[in-house]
Amino acid sequence: MTSVSIKKKGRKPMQRDIVFPIANGIFLCILMFVTLYPVINTVAISFNDGIDAVRGGIGLWPRKFSTEAYNSLLSDKLTWNAFGISVARTVITTLLNLLFTSMLAFALSRKEFVFRKFITLAVVLTMYVNAGLIPNYLLISKTLKLSKTFWVYIIPTMFSCFNMIVIRTYITGLPEALVESARIDGANDMRIFWQIIFPLCMPVLATVALFVAVGSWNQWFDTQLYNGGKKYLHTLQYLLKMKLATSMNTANAANASVDALASQAAAKTTPVTIRCAITVVSALPILVVYPFLQRYFVTGMVLGGVKG
Amino acid sequence: MTSAANRIKPMQPAKKWRFLKTLWDQKWLLVMSVPVLLYVCLFNYYPLWGWRYAFQNLDLYTIKKGADYIGFGNFEWLFKEKYFWLGFRNTLAMSLINLVFGTLASVLLAILLNEVRSRAFKRTVQTVTYLPHFLSMVIVVGMAQNMFVSDGPINTVLMNLGVIDKPIWWLGEGKYFWFLVGLINIWKEVGWNSIIYISTMTSIDPTLYEAAAIDGAGRFNRILHVTLPGIKSTFVVLMIMNIGHLMEAGFEIQYLLGNKQVYDFSQTIDVFVLEYGIQNNKYGRAIAAGMFKSVIGIILLFSANFVAKKLDEDTLL
Repeated sequence: MTSVSIKKKGRKPMQRDIVFPIANGIFLCILMFVTLYPVINTVAISFNDGIDAVRGGIGLWPRKFSTEAYNSLLSDKLTWNAFGISVARTVITTLLNLLFTSMLAFALSRKEFVFRKFITLAVVLTMYVNAGLIPNYLLISKTLKLSKTFWVYIIPTMFSCFNMIVIRTYITGLPEALVESARIDGANDMRIFWQIIFPLCMPVLATVALFVAVGSWNQWFDTQLYNGGKKYLHTLQYLLKMKLATSMNTANAANASVDALASQAAAKTTPVTIRCAITVVSALPILVVYPFLQRYFVTGMVLGGVKG
Repeated sequence: MTSAANRIKPMQPAKKWRFLKTLWDQKWLLVMSVPVLLYVCLFNYYPLWGWRYAFQNLDLYTIKKGADYIGFGNFEWLFKEKYFWLGFRNTLAMSLINLVFGTLASVLLAILLNEVRSRAFKRTVQTVTYLPHFLSMVIVVGMAQNMFVSDGPINTVLMNLGVIDKPIWWLGEGKYFWFLVGLINIWKEVGWNSIIYISTMTSIDPTLYEAAAIDGAGRFNRILHVTLPGIKSTFVVLMIMNIGHLMEAGFEIQYLLGNKQVYDFSQTIDVFVLEYGIQNNKYGRAIAAGMFKSVIGIILLFSANFVAKKLDEDTLL
């Protein structure tokens, strides 16, 4: 066991085995730094004095601490309103989406269901065929007349095919005997779903709920398309988008002119600090919730990846 | 329902009754499916009927009194339009950059994470690198702006390293735009896209690594001859699927990060559609452009699926 020749032979790989893990560890640490730097930098700028921030060069810590950007932001009624709209659309969309998506997932998981193949095909095809932006816009704003209402955030996002597949995969993995014994006891499909399958699906439903909630919270484009002119229906993400458009000096002159917040900027704040403060406020719910729920996100990704 | 009823007409009466009885037995399953079926018909299939506008001179004025069919007029206009072809070029260029460098980066990250022995460290790296995936593109572009402004951290670091002698105007020069989009997309998605490779790697039989080690393979050779072959089929399937999405270069990042100075490089077909359709109200022309994109996308997708099936008898549908 302790023969000399083996020891000598084993030496070279041993050395390499120290170099690689260290280099690898350093590289991954740099990667984490590069990932986190822009986030921390934005937080630092948001807590910096406005005029001072214009000089640039702020790193991971504010140079001249000030909460003025938050003061001016949080004293604005429109910020709170946008926060409320963001929360409301996220909660309602998530609940309704979960309800419809999981009901369909259960129906399509039943092998005896006569329309199973037809409905699956009709629903899965929607992942491949998309009419495009303008036909959808014309449907929602001209035909259904949903623009300039809160419901435009809810109604077009009540179902997601990808999530349906994730939930269905999960239900198919549950023991079939659960459904059969309940049916023998005289329960109908609706009762089987609500009282047996739905409670058992909680882990996968949590995952899907998180996906839907994040998607809805992060959405800004529907506000721009349908509710750009309705100040009281703006979401947090859209407030930020307007700030971004101003500071980007883009061709979107129409959006830049609507920008009301810029005029309210007090002497101690500048568009840069205000923009960073809105960024922090609109990212905060995700940053707070994310570390605790990370594993649910990943489960969903892996579950969906298998079938998707 | 009606089509099903038609289909059973020629059947024996007994069979017909049996089918109706099955339907009645499954009424609750039907009730649970109908809302989504209606939803899908309205929001996914009905808009396809809107493609007929691609052949009409529909705009803000004709939408009230009814537009006329003008044949392929919109398409003729489209194919002569310089910015449409620029958009087409930019769409393809940016999705190819994403596809190649994004995939390479996430495979590399997965390999490096797979070599980490400490579970806690691995989990920390994963948690951190997945984070940007959950931030909205508005937030990400705002952060990118902080990073890439003339006196921002990127220029400072490059100047201190002596790579450049005066600050580069990253956001205002077209030649950097594709590169910036690629970089930001990698920053945002590299961790998330590596998940699928990491989970494939964990299912590789550990005895393969042991056997390779006994045969004298070093770490590099183990990666080359065990890890890479282990993720090959996942890699091929994902690659083919992404080729099917080549027309989807993303729209948010180009729209948010683009500005007048870089317009020739930032504008994609989606941005073109948005500007013609929503800002100029030329619905007919915009739908023609969108339809062009969708049709190419569908052709790509189905050929990609076909190739994947042939390769592996593994349907993606």
